[in-house]
Amino acid sequence: MLGSCSDPAALDGLAWLACYLTTGKHMAFYGAFGTVLLLLAITAPAALAFGFGGAVLARSQIAPLSWLGKGYIAIVRGVPDIAFFLFFVIALDQAFEFLRHKALCPGWNQPIWQGNDFVVCNEAKLPLSSAPQWVHESYGFGLAVLTFAIVFGAFAANVLFGAMRAVPHAQIETAEAYGMTPRQTFRRILVPQMWVYALPGLSNLWMVLIKATPLLFLLGVEDIVYWARELGGTKTPQFTDYPHGDWRMWYFLALLVFYLAFTRVSEIALARLMTRLTHGQATVAGEAQRKAAA
Amino acid sequence: MSCWETIADYGLRSLGIGERLLPRSDFTLCQQVTLIGSGMIWNIYFGTLALASGFLLATAVALGKAARNPWLRKPSEWFIFVFRGSPLFIQFFFAYFAFLSLKSAYPFFDPFTAAWLGATIVLFLNTAAYSGEIFHGAVLSVPKGDMEAADAYGFHGWSKFRRITWPTMLRLAWPAYTNEAIFLFHATALVFFSGFPARQQKGDALYYASYFADKTFNPFVPYPILAGYFILLTLTVIGLFGLANRRLNRHLPQTRRARLRIRPILVR
Repeated sequence: MLGSCSDPAALDGLAWLACYLTTGKHMAFYGAFGTVLLLLAITAPAALAFGFGGAVLARSQIAPLSWLGKGYIAIVRGVPDIAFFLFFVIALDQAFEFLRHKALCPGWNQPIWQGNDFVVCNEAKLPLSSAPQWVHESYGFGLAVLTFAIVFGAFAANVLFGAMRAVPHAQIETAEAYGMTPRQTFRRILVPQMWVYALPGLSNLWMVLIKATPLLFLLGVEDIVYWARELGGTKTPQFTDYPHGDWRMWYFLALLVFYLAFTRVSEIALARLMTRLTHGQATVAGEAQRKAAA
Repeated sequence: MSCWETIADYGLRSLGIGERLLPRSDFTLCQQVTLIGSGMIWNIYFGTLALASGFLLATAVALGKAARNPWLRKPSEWFIFVFRGSPLFIQFFFAYFAFLSLKSAYPFFDPFTAAWLGATIVLFLNTAAYSGEIFHGAVLSVPKGDMEAADAYGFHGWSKFRRITWPTMLRLAWPAYTNEAIFLFHATALVFFSGFPARQQKGDALYYASYFADKTFNPFVPYPILAGYFILLTLTVIGLFGLANRRLNRHLPQTRRARLRIRPILVR
């Protein structure tokens, strides 16, 4: 990277460290932090959308729709932790390939499950075996995002469902008295007011989501955990210009600090957001704000 | 081979007793149920040990965080922040590699790199931090009147804590603490997927479930079996903690007793 790094063996101390920390592989490691942030940036809105859909379904007047919403919430919340992550990635992958197989290869006459194998025709493979490397990587990442969104969506649905019920009934009745249709009441009264009730639950969920990101490693994505194990392992002079002992402990210490800083910053930001959302609400905190200002 | 023979061969496989080789082909449902169940021994071991030991530290940390003396308060706050603010997954990795480095310097740390001790220590510290926060909240919400009544009866120091503060704190914290216990048992599934290796294929339930899922390319059998076992475990935990909850609340009128509300969460 830097010009002075052409002969690392001659360097020592800080200069060696500066060169070591800017090798190509370390750049990939720093990029992996971007992967984590990207995952959060995509998953959080996606999970919120799943959650909103689930909550609206669960509130529906039509019984089958309401069962669907409540069933989604109950099943995903009831089944234990990472088993879901391991299960969903294989299950979703097989579901997609199965659907493509049905659509693309109608002439196929062999069974798809042959004993211990799952066999679909070549055109139905996802991603196609001829696809470039980046397609394979982003397919894996996409599956991971979908899994996270489904699982956290159920939790968000539960929070939003509760928040919608927490909006004071008098507010809804007032809206009806003003002649708003149910749709208008939902859009103008219920949804804007529910966030203040949902935020404590959602911020809790956000913290859990941050702390779930290392599980990307289990889903086969080259994330920060992968790179920390890769870079930290003992390096001998035959294979690298920067030989060192087993430094994995220090790499994981860095990850630990990264997550601590991230959760701390989130805590502060969410507290500020809560103050803003409370403004003008018919809650104890909103009343306290009004009195403080007056 | 009948199912009874399979149970005899693999029932204690996770402890290294019985057949040495795992089944490699022609997997039967019985084999999957037996091996995954055998792995549950480890989940129960980790969960129970960490919960029992973490309980004591959690009480200490909660009192430390509520203390006025900054020399007690600050370390407790930091302890809780570090273990609640970072993912358990990363804590496992860090602890494993830290023990590995220590082992190369001092042979004393050899057993710490094995899951039975190393992972238990991480889970112990982790659950102590989470339950410490729960207990801290409960200490703060002990009714003022209870404390005044205790003073009026002449309780002070240790006997006041032992007879008034502590039981009330436990009573208030119990529903949240039940959730924490469930959550801890779920978290034990992470052990063999983080740094700690499963030696001689002696792993926990998830280890065997993913072994079968990898070998058969069929996640629809082993993972539901695993989920079934965990649901049973969760129900047992709820039952046991419910008994304790009844005992803690036995002096209250029927209507004021705290009901257990079970809200398990997913990943820590």
